Amino acid sequence: MTISRRKLITTGLAATAGVAGLAVADRLANRFGLIPPDSGGIFGPGETLTYAAQRLLTRHSMAREFSRSQISEKPFGNAVAPPNDMFKALQAGGFKDWRLTVNGLVERPTAFSLADLQSLPIRNQITEVVCEEGWSYVAEWIGTPLREVLRETGVKPGAKYAVYISLEKGQWDSLDISEAVHPQTLLTMGMNNGDLPVPFGGPLRLRVPRQLGYKSIKYISQITVTDDIKKFGKGLGSVSPEYGYSWYAGI
Amino acid sequence: MSATSLLPKIAAPRHAVLVRVTHWLTFVAFAALLVTGIELIISHPRFYWGETGNSGTTPLFRIPIPSSRDTVPSGYSYVMPDQNGWSRYLHFEAAWLLVLTALVYGIYGIASGHFRRDLLPAAGQRGPRAYWAVAAKYLHRAPPDDDRTYNALQRLSYLGVIFFLFPMMIWTGLALSPSFNAAMPWFVDVLGGRQSARTLHFFFTILLVVFFVVHVTMVAIGGFGTRMRAMTVGGASPADKEHA
Repeated sequence: MTISRRKLITTGLAATAGVAGLAVADRLANRFGLIPPDSGGIFGPGETLTYAAQRLLTRHSMAREFSRSQISEKPFGNAVAPPNDMFKALQAGGFKDWRLTVNGLVERPTAFSLADLQSLPIRNQITEVVCEEGWSYVAEWIGTPLREVLRETGVKPGAKYAVYISLEKGQWDSLDISEAVHPQTLLTMGMNNGDLPVPFGGPLRLRVPRQLGYKSIKYISQITVTDDIKKFGKGLGSVSPEYGYSWYAGI
Repeated sequence: MSATSLLPKIAAPRHAVLVRVTHWLTFVAFAALLVTGIELIISHPRFYWGETGNSGTTPLFRIPIPSSRDTVPSGYSYVMPDQNGWSRYLHFEAAWLLVLTALVYGIYGIASGHFRRDLLPAAGQRGPRAYWAVAAKYLHRAPPDDDRTYNALQRLSYLGVIFFLFPMMIWTGLALSPSFNAAMPWFVDVLGGRQSARTLHFFFTILLVVFFVVHVTMVAIGGFGTRMRAMTVGGASPADKEHA
């Protein structure tokens, strides 16, 4: 088989254009925040396509909310690790000393008590918890949107991610800023007209209804706003990719 | 000028280059989606109808296998190894490969006339009588009289897979994305809810697997070597060769 000169030149030009196109696409994607923290490795291309497509198409869309009659009779809570001593001490005090520390790229670093959070605008939403395993349930969630808390503390320019950390050792995750200030991203303190039960993340859980359940971390005690996600853990955006699960869980 | 174009034209390849390339890309994506999909089911081998369903509710049906999670009442004390992490990453990456391949193939199929010429039953092939005639031939195991083109039943099967089963797989799959549901709620609502979408996703998988098994069986019966050559390096139709 022989290859003609014309074919060689056309192929060469196409390859050059392809590489240049990819380089431009990469720069644009970086600039508009379309690359997830776990974009390396063999699954990186698929993960980046998913995250970029969702950020371009669904940045402002709202998770489905359900009617009161659709609330699941028996919500299903995954097993939680036994509480540590600090949690037990706080629980014994009725969570009066529970603090949510907000720091990092914020104007006024603040430690909020649950009462402080309850004095902020409260929202309730009836949304579905969707587990990556396939099961789901609907419940009403009551709390203050994360955006209200960030409005209190102020956010410095350049902020790209909100890292949220659990009192449970080793549990942490992060949201990009657009998801963090989404109106349905809720610092949840109540469930189905009562306090949020401990097995469901009480006293404080961050509900992210547009992503899978594993993104809704329980027992939140700290939120750190940052411009550099690589500084946290192994730099993959959350603890999930360290166990092989994707950082972005909106699918 | 390439050397091959100087040769006298003997017979055109049975399948265009683009059809051959997209066929195998689709196969790779399908295989990856199937294997990882099975892994994901193992983490919750129960299926429901409606919006919600979990280990505390009654399933529509369940697959009698052990689960990879100890919270699932599978009836077994044995817990399978959890493979969901890489399975999820690969499932969605393969889904992108499938969708992008389908896009290229779809545009080609319309622009080149491939769908109209090769897949839509030809004028003389339509109607139940014609379909029955082909079916009767299969039942009598009669040798095919003209192998250069697809018969009516082959055309209908391929049309069904290309324009119904794969689109339904993509639809029911997208309906399981919580972020996509937020953007287009009707996408999941018209299917009867999230759990219905998941169950339908599973049913359409079974139909695709049935197609796959029959497809490979027919290829084997029709001559595995010739047909593999035709779909890879691009050999001419078996009939052309035999009657040459």
